[in-house]
Amino acid sequence: MTRTLEVRSGVYVDSVTLMQVSRRVAAVEGVDAALVAMATDLNLDLARGMGFEVPAGVGPNELLVAVDATGDAALAEALRRLDEALHEQRPAPTGFGAPPAALTVRAAARGLDPASAVALVSTPGRHAFSDAVDAVDAGLTTLVFSDNVPVEQEVALKRYAEQDGVLVMGPDCGTAVIGGVGLGFANVVRPGPVGIVAASGTGAQHLMCLLDGAGIGVTHCLGVGGRDLSEAVGGLSTLRALELLDADPDVELVVVVSKPPSPAVAEAVRRRAERLGTPVQLALLGPGRPDLTASAREVARSLGHEWSAPEHWAGAPGRGRPGGFLRGLYSGGTLCDEAMLVAGERLGPIASNIPLDPADALAPGLASRGHTMIDFGDDALTRGRPHPMIDGSLRVERLRAETADPTAGVLLLDVVLGHGADPDPAAGLAGPVQEAVAAGLPVVVCVVGSREDPQDLRRQCGRLTEAGAAVHRSNAAATRAALDLLEPAEEDR
Amino acid sequence: MRTPETVVTAGAALLADALDGQAVATRRVDWRPPSGDPAALAAVMGDRRRRPANAQALAAMLAAEACLVDVRPAAEVLGLEPGRFLHAGPPLDWARASGPLRGALVGAMLLEGLAGDPAEAERRLAAGDGVSWEPCHHHGGVGPMAGVVSPSMWVFELRDDVHGHTSWCTLNEGLGKVLRYGAYGPEVIDRLQWMGRVLGPLLQGAVRSAGPVDVRAIVAQMVQMGDEGHNRNRAGTLMFLRELLPALIDSGAPSRDVAEAVRFVSGNDHFFLNLVMPACKLQTRAAAGIPGSTVVTVMSRNGTDFGIQTSGTGERWFTAPANTPEGLYLGSYGPDDANPDIGDSAITETAGLGGMSMATAPAIVRFVGGSVPDALATTQRMYDITVGENPAFAIPILEFRGAPTGIDVTAVLRSGVLPQINTGMAGRVAGTGQVGAGLVTPPVECFTQALDALAAAT
Repeated sequence: MTRTLEVRSGVYVDSVTLMQVSRRVAAVEGVDAALVAMATDLNLDLARGMGFEVPAGVGPNELLVAVDATGDAALAEALRRLDEALHEQRPAPTGFGAPPAALTVRAAARGLDPASAVALVSTPGRHAFSDAVDAVDAGLTTLVFSDNVPVEQEVALKRYAEQDGVLVMGPDCGTAVIGGVGLGFANVVRPGPVGIVAASGTGAQHLMCLLDGAGIGVTHCLGVGGRDLSEAVGGLSTLRALELLDADPDVELVVVVSKPPSPAVAEAVRRRAERLGTPVQLALLGPGRPDLTASAREVARSLGHEWSAPEHWAGAPGRGRPGGFLRGLYSGGTLCDEAMLVAGERLGPIASNIPLDPADALAPGLASRGHTMIDFGDDALTRGRPHPMIDGSLRVERLRAETADPTAGVLLLDVVLGHGADPDPAAGLAGPVQEAVAAGLPVVVCVVGSREDPQDLRRQCGRLTEAGAAVHRSNAAATRAALDLLEPAEEDR
Repeated sequence: MRTPETVVTAGAALLADALDGQAVATRRVDWRPPSGDPAALAAVMGDRRRRPANAQALAAMLAAEACLVDVRPAAEVLGLEPGRFLHAGPPLDWARASGPLRGALVGAMLLEGLAGDPAEAERRLAAGDGVSWEPCHHHGGVGPMAGVVSPSMWVFELRDDVHGHTSWCTLNEGLGKVLRYGAYGPEVIDRLQWMGRVLGPLLQGAVRSAGPVDVRAIVAQMVQMGDEGHNRNRAGTLMFLRELLPALIDSGAPSRDVAEAVRFVSGNDHFFLNLVMPACKLQTRAAAGIPGSTVVTVMSRNGTDFGIQTSGTGERWFTAPANTPEGLYLGSYGPDDANPDIGDSAITETAGLGGMSMATAPAIVRFVGGSVPDALATTQRMYDITVGENPAFAIPILEFRGAPTGIDVTAVLRSGVLPQINTGMAGRVAGTGQVGAGLVTPPVECFTQALDALAAAT
């Protein structure tokens, strides 16, 4: 066995690209394991876990290359493939006198007209603030995709932007659509009269796709970040986004979508909404409040559109394992919230890493405990690795574990399509889903997508139903379908 | 809100690719993690004073004038008394002084008649016996290489009437065995004495009768003629001579003296450097002392330490051990002979000239170890770390884009790009003189320290 651990300085590559590079290196014949990653604490632990001794003083600005191969030839080939893959990623000046690639947002934004340009920042969370400030300085509407941005920095950033009247979306904002252009994770939806302000990424995607399915288009969808309606942030970007949408003549109806917000901030938003010329509908998730599908129906009604229930396709018939619990494995935080709200009405408390009530928090390690739902997009699970909508491997691992767990009764999953997301998520899920169904564990999937999404909604749904899953285009309906499959324990009958 | 035509993306390439898929133009940032304390960087970036303060700093730099108004002995201009010397770079004591700085101080002792021989001079300097020295920058001036100024040396006196500042610099001694490179042999002292006796008074008369000379205007022209103002000053020197030549000839001084002075100036391509430097000092000084500004106002080296100052932190030095330049060597000298970076001449880069404007000087890029495309790339790279451009210093090959001006501490740390400095190399051993010329950058620690201080002042 031949192993090597290299530390390269002066190289930075984003985590998604590194994941792709790692895969290419690991695919070399004779390579047993490969880790190509920035030397964050998490990744250093992974290297140690692979049995490597990591030299002292290595920091997160350095690139870690750890390869475990069966022989020298394989190792050499792996390193060659690595250099090839890394080299492809480096933008280089072309031609005599061509300017080198911009190294900062400020440099890239120089000379751009703020009316026709926006900025999309997805740098690591501890650095994203400065990059966003650059974009605000240039007057650009700014979407901060990065997560793990400290809340104090979020407040500072939004206050900084406020003085210039610039809209900051995010941080931790996965989704925005501006004038038909999708930023981050965005579905391809028709243009239309609805403007969305979303303190929730997947919630916004779900609403857009439900509306699109009902023939209703969206002008803009402004993702303000999951914390915007929290006490700390106080709706700074929501209020700004409301004004921008109110000023847009193409917007006939504004919808505010949010995970369960702070009541005081929700009230402030309500008061501001009442003063706008454009009607505003609040779709704020919470106990006893309408789910996203009900909100979409309400939007359709307000605009005089017909509404029919979102499509669904039955999977393999069957019931849940007797006495088993509901297990929800989500990539979308708001979808997970919504599922817990819907399921909680029937099942009571649900354990989670993003629990509705802190008392229901899962212990570190996130082992399932009774009815359990996990948001794999939570900050703690994405530090130093791509979002589960890009890389579903962590969730697939868990899916297999739940299949093997006799206490799992029914599985509930989401699959989110659109720009930015995995180009073929069903491909990775079909096998494990089939195994689960074969093991007597029914699987219900909510697919969030539009007909025009690059992944091909029909093909994705078809692949999942073929694997035996029941597929719904409404998350609330999927959750209720999963609940219907739960087989109560003998003693409860 | 309109449909965006361009999206600036920083971070995951996948998200930028998704925009390509929607036929939206992307400007992709080749992002890398910043240096320095992330909390300090966030504090400074989030400081609301920063943007207006930097705009003000840039505006002041662009507005600064630089006219040569007089040529006088340092004793007169600076009130410098016997035994007091000035030098380049941040302050330091004899124990830490480099070979060239020690050599130059020895030479100055000999010139001022404070010691009979080099050994005695060294003894008195080491003991601090009736002697003291401090940075030129502390008196608003600049000194090339060791930058040693003694009372009897003559200096150019420049004035910025817009901001009411004066700056000064010694007269350039030529190349090879010269005091500023730490040489102090008899020919060095003889030349300095001739400069004080003949050259200084001749220039003084010419400037007083034909002046003031608009140095900034000459710099603007030299930049268009292939001089970057630090390692190449050939066009500037000749233009300067052209300004004063009639007055020199008319001065009534013996024609032998005039001819010798003209031969000396025109035979030394760097003569004008000593006017570019104080002009740059006037420009950067105009930007000094603006609270919240992250613009660098001084970059300077004493042969041991590199030091910078920023606008928002006043006259405080941020120092770290100086790097040793890389480049080409004279004669049989090699890397082992070179002293670490030395001189106040990095004031030219601080003002956007020199290495920052390398693209304008294709004739020297090979001398300082590069190709023409490298030079073009270097200057374009410098725009990433500067607040703006100086339209007065227009670079023809970059479509007359202005020199990159106003180095921003935050941009340096965030891009990982350090200011490019073109420089001469002094011999490590006192008394050697020049051994080569090349390229150097400041140590990053100067900038991380400045960032911490700027953060503490938010």
